[in-house]
Amino acid sequence: MSKLFSKESPLVSPLNLNNPVAVQVLGICSALAVTSQLEPAIVMGLSVTVITAFSNVIISLLRKTIPNRIRIIVQLVVVATLVTIVSQVLKAFAYDVSVQLSVYVGLIITNCILMGRLEAFAMQNGPWESCLDGIGNGLGYALILVIVGFVRELFGFGTLLGFEVLPSSWYVTNGMMVMPAMSLIIVGCVIWAHRAINGEEKK
Amino acid sequence: MKALRKFFDNIKPSFEEGGKLHAFRSLYEGFESFAFVPNTTSRRGSVNVHDAFDSKRLMSFVVIALVPALLFGCYNIGYQNALAAGKLSEATFCGMFIYGLLAMLPKLIVSYVVGLGIEFTVAQWKKEEIAEGYLVSGIIIPLIIPVTTPLWMLALACAFSVIFAKEIFGGTGMNIFNVALIARAFLFFSYPSYMTGDCSVWVSADPILGFGYTALPDALTAATPLGAAAAEGFAGFDCPTIEAAVIGLIPGSMGETSVIAIGLGALLLLYTGVASWKTMLSVFVGGAATGFLMQSVGATEIEWWHHLVVGGFCFGAVFMATDPVTSARTEGGKWIYGLLIGFVAVLVRVLNPGYPEGMMLAILLMNLFAPLFDYFFVQSNINKRLNRAK
Repeated sequence: MSKLFSKESPLVSPLNLNNPVAVQVLGICSALAVTSQLEPAIVMGLSVTVITAFSNVIISLLRKTIPNRIRIIVQLVVVATLVTIVSQVLKAFAYDVSVQLSVYVGLIITNCILMGRLEAFAMQNGPWESCLDGIGNGLGYALILVIVGFVRELFGFGTLLGFEVLPSSWYVTNGMMVMPAMSLIIVGCVIWAHRAINGEEKK
Repeated sequence: MKALRKFFDNIKPSFEEGGKLHAFRSLYEGFESFAFVPNTTSRRGSVNVHDAFDSKRLMSFVVIALVPALLFGCYNIGYQNALAAGKLSEATFCGMFIYGLLAMLPKLIVSYVVGLGIEFTVAQWKKEEIAEGYLVSGIIIPLIIPVTTPLWMLALACAFSVIFAKEIFGGTGMNIFNVALIARAFLFFSYPSYMTGDCSVWVSADPILGFGYTALPDALTAATPLGAAAAEGFAGFDCPTIEAAVIGLIPGSMGETSVIAIGLGALLLLYTGVASWKTMLSVFVGGAATGFLMQSVGATEIEWWHHLVVGGFCFGAVFMATDPVTSARTEGGKWIYGLLIGFVAVLVRVLNPGYPEGMMLAILLMNLFAPLFDYFFVQSNINKRLNRAK
């Protein structure tokens, strides 16, 4: 159990030292698109976590039977199926959020983190490790999304999850925070802080 | 002068390593080297030739060149206030000027305190020499924003631009974008309702410390020439406005209105060789040519030369486009850089109804391309010489 939560385990390392967004700089596009408010950012993060976890497990189980030359297409089929399921679940149980996320749920298929984890981890490791790796990377991605969504909604709208935090009587909302350009700057600041704390990797 | 030198020499020991005020070393160095040319020379054995006209001296010439625009801006703030209050006949020149000065001064102070504060902190922290670039940016930022901008917004914009447009890239001389324009762009996109619109944005409406008047509510519905043009298709654009635009008694950002005051600054910059005449001229040529083209294809009714005197065109062309750090450095590059600034600025004004003024966007866009122009010109020179050597 102690090994499960150690710094190098597949579950914990993507949260900090090997974060998919802050260190590997993957999945930036959706981090810019869905983070103007906190709620879609959380839902998006959780959806990606579920999809990476299940797709990692499935591909890991199939890894010895997939012919090498067509592995990408097999991975895509698995991911696309899972994305469709998640998208339908969202439409059924959280319609408002799924409207807000619009095409970006469908575009999880093209999220670099998914294919990256499948190629780099699930094709070489057993299902249990792959499952942990998928959950860890999904949560690492969700963590950055939540930070960016928190800052952007707080300063861009003065609200958090729709509740007014900074009262509009004296707080002037910052229009730039709502623009995708600002989320790129915030992601940059998160990476800056991350490197300042952990030190730049020496390769 | 001697007394100042003596003063600097007297207090120097307390700022050196181990002195009481060592934490403010960069502050001391910044002010000393601003007042006097540093006494350091090249080490023996090297062949570097140092001119006493270093970058701090260069920056102070730009600041001097900005003074006419600054003083006229003060007067115009008071003039617009009196005009909006309907009391132009009883207002005195001095009263209007002092009113404008009182409106301008807090913004200058906030801009310098925030910007220089960040620069000094970074310099002290990285144990570097103080960079001089903010001396110019700090005076330009208040001149290119409306008089009613709240001070905290200005402070936020200065902090944003110094950190994200300058220090991140490595400080003065390394920035890709003009620092003052990034501050304005930040305000423009963050708080659009405070940066554009009718005269309630462009005219200060309340008395300050007993000077000035309270404006009549009706008087604040007029707009800047460009704002009116964007709203009404240049219907309200006649000759008196052009005369007023050349003199500068029109609503607008604090220092951008007067072509004459900016022209005085331009003469100084050109005479001392601080700004490149090629960049400056080509901005005007590009703007005029595009204005002429737009007029002849019927996209706009405005005369082509009107574009050059209204809005921030002159101010941008003289003080922003010629920024030695962010503009193109090759001689051919300067022409293309300037022409495209004029082209894009007029294009945005005419074709984009959302933005009445395009100068800021044009200069920022071309800042981005300036290194590319330089690269092409350097490469073509290299190729030419290689061919000659064959």
